[in-house]
Amino acid sequence: MSAVLDHPGDHAHGHAHDHPSGWRRWLYATNHKDIGTMYLWFSFAMLLVGGVNALLLRTELFQPGLQILRPEFFNQLTTMHGLIMVFGAVMPAFVGFANWQVPLMIGASDMAFARLNNFSFWLLPVAASLLIVSYFVPGGATAAGWTLYAPLSVQMGPGMDLAILALHLMGASSIMGSINIITTILNMRAPGMPLMKMPMFCWTWLITAYLLLAVMPVLAGAVTMVLTDRHFGTSFFNAAGGGDPVMYQHIFWFFGHPEVYIMILPAFGIISEVIPTFARKPLFGYSSMVYATASIAILSMIVWAHHMFTTGMPVTGQLFFMYATMLIAVPTGVKIFNWVATMWRGSMTFETPMLFAVGFIFVFAIGGFTGLIMAVAPLDIQIHDTYYIVAHFHYVLVAGSLFALFSGTYYWIPKWTGHMYDERLGKWHFWASMITFNITFFPMHFLGLAGMPRRYADYPMQFADFNAVVTIGAFGFGLSQLIFLWMVIRCIKGGAKASDRVWENAHGLEWTVPSPAPFHTFETPPVVK
Amino acid sequence: MKPKRMADALAVAVLGGWASIAAAIGDMPGGPKVNQLNLTAPVTRIAEEQHWIHWFVMWICVAIFVAVFGVMFYAVWKHRKSRGHAPASFHESTAVEIAWTVVPFLIIVGMAIPATRMVVEQKDTANADLTVKATGYQWKWGYDYLKGDGEGISFLSMLSTPRDQIEDRNYPDAKARREQNPTYLMEVDNPLVVPVNRKVRVVITANDVIHAWYMPALGVKQDAIPGFVRDTWFKAEKTGVFRGQCAELCGKDHAFMPIVVDVRTEADYLKWVEEKKKEMLARTDDPTREWQLADLNARGEKVYAANCVACHQANGKGVTGSFPALDGSKVVLGKSQAQLDVVLHGRPGTAMAPFRQLSDVELAAVVTYTRNAWGNKASDNVVQPSEVTAARR
Ligand code: HEM
Ligand SMILES: [Cu+2]
Ligand SMILES: [Cu+2]
Repeated sequence: MSAVLDHPGDHAHGHAHDHPSGWRRWLYATNHKDIGTMYLWFSFAMLLVGGVNALLLRTELFQPGLQILRPEFFNQLTTMHGLIMVFGAVMPAFVGFANWQVPLMIGASDMAFARLNNFSFWLLPVAASLLIVSYFVPGGATAAGWTLYAPLSVQMGPGMDLAILALHLMGASSIMGSINIITTILNMRAPGMPLMKMPMFCWTWLITAYLLLAVMPVLAGAVTMVLTDRHFGTSFFNAAGGGDPVMYQHIFWFFGHPEVYIMILPAFGIISEVIPTFARKPLFGYSSMVYATASIAILSMIVWAHHMFTTGMPVTGQLFFMYATMLIAVPTGVKIFNWVATMWRGSMTFETPMLFAVGFIFVFAIGGFTGLIMAVAPLDIQIHDTYYIVAHFHYVLVAGSLFALFSGTYYWIPKWTGHMYDERLGKWHFWASMITFNITFFPMHFLGLAGMPRRYADYPMQFADFNAVVTIGAFGFGLSQLIFLWMVIRCIKGGAKASDRVWENAHGLEWTVPSPAPFHTFETPPVVK
Repeated sequence: MKPKRMADALAVAVLGGWASIAAAIGDMPGGPKVNQLNLTAPVTRIAEEQHWIHWFVMWICVAIFVAVFGVMFYAVWKHRKSRGHAPASFHESTAVEIAWTVVPFLIIVGMAIPATRMVVEQKDTANADLTVKATGYQWKWGYDYLKGDGEGISFLSMLSTPRDQIEDRNYPDAKARREQNPTYLMEVDNPLVVPVNRKVRVVITANDVIHAWYMPALGVKQDAIPGFVRDTWFKAEKTGVFRGQCAELCGKDHAFMPIVVDVRTEADYLKWVEEKKKEMLARTDDPTREWQLADLNARGEKVYAANCVACHQANGKGVTGSFPALDGSKVVLGKSQAQLDVVLHGRPGTAMAPFRQLSDVELAAVVTYTRNAWGNKASDNVVQPSEVTAARR
């Protein structure tokens, strides 16, 4: 009997018996909530794997000298830490949120392409396995940095080929995910919900999905050229054969800079949902937030060479990319001003989602400011490729993307599990993360200004104290995330029953369905007034 | 308290009174200070301007930060439900939106103006008094004096911190040794020597992968790109020894290829040029002469230590999985022609770079050395420089 006939289309009996249970429920999953759950668990597992990589290399950096790692293995760890965090942890986590929340927020019964959705997810564990297996092939994992600059990446062993394959799979997964999200948002909104009334989270994801479609194929192109340079005698990036190593960087960053916005725009969306709820006040400027998001996305396609100020661009090139990059600070500022104006004269309470949201604005802004400082090309000559950069992108990616993911998890987990999480654990998690995050990453600004280059396995004695502080902070931050894991497990197992609306001032369709959200929701579209 | 003292105190407080390693050793002459908080003390006008613009943009950022978060935390404090604050319901204001778009834009224009002037200045490498070429190798720098006093001088510059200060696993007293060395990891055998108050143009390239020539005190960082030349410049206004490091990930020993620039008075510089030229003359070898095995071996050991140990290791065993062993290697024990071919042209797509830049004598010596060292006993065990000369063609 065909799968289609298995679904009699008669919804009156409910669905408890017509979807598989046990492992089949997950392997054959087509339900957006199940797939969303898998994305979220997968990304959390990758967060832990990437975290272990980071803690290993921080252990080596605790003191000057080489204690536990050989430099070549150290480089593998930095590379894999970056790749796993970006492609394994942050990006899939946001797709997990999109899966759970987009249909619930626009009143759709599921994602547009259920089986494609299944396939997008299941590519990820395969890709992750390739990355992890690559540690064990001769020569180990790729050690060329997450940016995989040629010709260093051309020198690597077979670990590099596995990484390229993994990137292709993760890229394909992202592209399919984006197609699904775009189609769902454009076609399956509830009647009465025009685009300009759609929740901000859906807007940011819609724009992000277009960015993904635009740049993931570019990354695929870049790594494929590395692959053919490695094995098939091409010389895209080899000067001896007429190629140019710097061309790799242009192609990579044409993907890479929009990529960083792919990792932050959905975070902006989450924060824009959370702040109005806990300020008990509507978002200050909805339409200007939409326009700011769109202009950030568009500008993000023309700033890539700010990662390349030291490659020796001509004056006009440096000036163009400096101006364009500084310009991005304007719409970014608009977002921050809007959130603050939303809080202004509200009636605020500070449950954990709000704590993480306020914490996000505060620390993300620091990362935004260092971004502006680095955008000043003549100054970036000093700080490029030092720990200052490492500080900058952890302020925007950990305190930015990751804190927003935490905020969103605390915000929606009562809807997902039907239980309230333990507020005390949430507060502990927030304060522990916030404090240890800053102990870990703030001193890196000093190290970078003082000239400590990044991706160094060993460093001069004069940098010893800050490095020791950073390592201690890093262990604290890593351990703090176990509080989060414990909170999630307890929340799944039990806890106070969550009401449908969960939060006093929560608006949006997701709060009109029961908690936990039943397996099928909005089978008849709700009407938005 | 000075900011630096505060940083020390903070470090000690966080570490619970753990003795500061950095403070014990003191500032590095010409390098980073203990717990340095800001950019390195400038020695060129460019570096000085970088300091200035850093403070300039930073104070603007701090001011905006304080203003925005002053407002936010005021709201966090006053406008909470627990204090009985009732929510307002205002939203959407085109005037406000325009204001907070236009004002930041103007601030940014204000930042961009001085920055533009500086970009133009930094890129102006014309009219140099001295031109040197810096070449990045895995993992050392090579310098060639191309134009100006000292033209023709050429040498390699390598980390001089011994391995027994670095590798705790192999040397149990490494820690004690490096804690006596204030220039740990930022010292070299042959520094780049330049005259003070002269415009020095540095032409930069690389032999294998991308490196970056980074000198904080001079305000210079330029990627070294294999197959391409890029340039930058500096004009040091103080004499002294200044230190920097490679700033672009270039493989295993990325952290171990520092840069040292020794800025001397004009007279001292010219004296150095004289000496260096004499020294080079004394060292030129005659590649047509027939060499003895013992001489080749002795010379080859030095060449090996300078160029090959990083990967193939002192014991010739390589690193399993990454770098092949030479001890017992088929290539080394086979025909000398084939080995010369690998050494001259490298193995494309691997870390094995071409070593064409070495002289015929050096190549003959190192090939001979590997064919006789460790357990190796190759049949044609002596390679003469003339054979290298022939193989190059
Ligand atoms: C106001 C907004 C921002 C500006 C002006 C800005 C500017 C810059 C600049 C100029 C660099 C290059 C620095 C160098 O390598 O010398 C950089 C690096 C980086 N930025 Fe940002 N940035 C901003 C926001 C963000 C956001 C939102 C993210 C991610 C969520 C982000 C992630 C990164 C990452 C990952 C790198 C380093 C990549 C690498 O070299 O490995 N930035 N940023
Ligand atoms: Cu960027
Ligand atoms: Cu390097």
